[in-house]
Amino acid sequence: MIRSFNALLVRDLKLAARVGGSGVMGLIFFLMIVTLIPFALGPDLNLLSRIGPAILWIAALLATLIGLDRLFQGDQDDGSLDLLRMSHAPLEIVVLAKVVAYWLVTGLPLAIAAPFLGLLVALSPEAMLAMVATLLVGTPALTFIGAVGAALTSSLRRGGLILAILVLPFMIPTLIFGVSAANAAVGGTVPFATPFLILAALSLIAAVVGTVGAAAALRSGE
Amino acid sequence: MRAGVAGLRLSVNNLACDRGERRIFEGVSFVLEPREALVITGRNGAGKSSLLDILAGRLHPATGTILLEGAGERPLLECLHYVGHRDALKAALTAEENLSFARDFLGSPALKPHEALEAVGLAHAARLPVAYLSAGQRRRVALARLLVAHRPLWLLDEPTSALDTGSQETLRLILEGHRESGGMIAATTHSPLFLKDAKEIRIERTKIPLAPAGEGRGGEDA
Repeated sequence: MIRSFNALLVRDLKLAARVGGSGVMGLIFFLMIVTLIPFALGPDLNLLSRIGPAILWIAALLATLIGLDRLFQGDQDDGSLDLLRMSHAPLEIVVLAKVVAYWLVTGLPLAIAAPFLGLLVALSPEAMLAMVATLLVGTPALTFIGAVGAALTSSLRRGGLILAILVLPFMIPTLIFGVSAANAAVGGTVPFATPFLILAALSLIAAVVGTVGAAAALRSGE
Repeated sequence: MRAGVAGLRLSVNNLACDRGERRIFEGVSFVLEPREALVITGRNGAGKSSLLDILAGRLHPATGTILLEGAGERPLLECLHYVGHRDALKAALTAEENLSFARDFLGSPALKPHEALEAVGLAHAARLPVAYLSAGQRRRVALARLLVAHRPLWLLDEPTSALDTGSQETLRLILEGHRESGGMIAATTHSPLFLKDAKEIRIERTKIPLAPAGEGRGGEDA
């Protein structure tokens, strides 16, 4: 079972790194949004640093979404999904391996890049640190929630938009607690730990519900 | 563990298939035992591939049962190889990487990837991305997957399509070798496969207009 998990994880990481893979796409999209917003808002540093965490979180959420529709669709199109069903390992392990690989190539780079992009929105050093921590803990929730939508829309030709409509409402709690934890780190009445722990809990819940839900969706499809 | 499991027996009883509320075929029954091969013939659209899809767990039968005896706790899906029209290969990975993924992922490993590629005469293409291979070569890589993991039952959907005559002979030898080691084969085909003493079943499309007496279809005239 571990062997199957590792094999699939390594395969997906290789695919992301090869030509046409989605490895850096999310990161570039993230960069684009964060760069655009200061142009739109104007050079008001106080305003930017106040809404900076929110901008970074929304950008991270959208960057997670754009590649998600291909999570299972690529395997569905070339018949690999049939191969994935035939493993000794249950489909939940398959989903888990694919989601972990996806998070490693999108969520993790976003968290690492956050301090550099934080410069563009005039974040203070503490806020940058808080951004890295909240993105590290919060983006897995986004990926797992998105995986359910990706599994449901895997057999649809243009499932990208439907996927976004399906999963965005479920991502709102993660967004709220992610941003409030990042804001709590730079001041305010709420201690940092309170929203941060809820964010961690959301990720853990999403990991279970998302894995089981996506596997169930793949089983019922076709 | 060898490919053949003693006492394995696949019995299919009175199988029927519906696609989009239309009955494709019904009353398909057969028994497959070790060393046996089943050749499924029929016109285009008769439901040959749908029959294999049902056996491979991709479609649900409308009626009928599929029973695998003697496999212990392993479900049917974990006892079979399926090579369909979509070759389940990742174009960005090399032939060897595709096969070593299948070997690690499917479990019960058999031949090493380069040995399997040699067996289908593609040793020289091991390091090439599958995207650069021709249709016939891709098909041979997909067929090489049969050799990298032990599975007693092979489901092949028109395995000879796109293959040249030399490769067809290689395929025949591989199939006979699998049968000699106690394996089972079910293949759909239009061209003869020249397998020794193969059972043959012909799938006929259910003629709906001519069979008004069938259950539930008699009321159309009323």
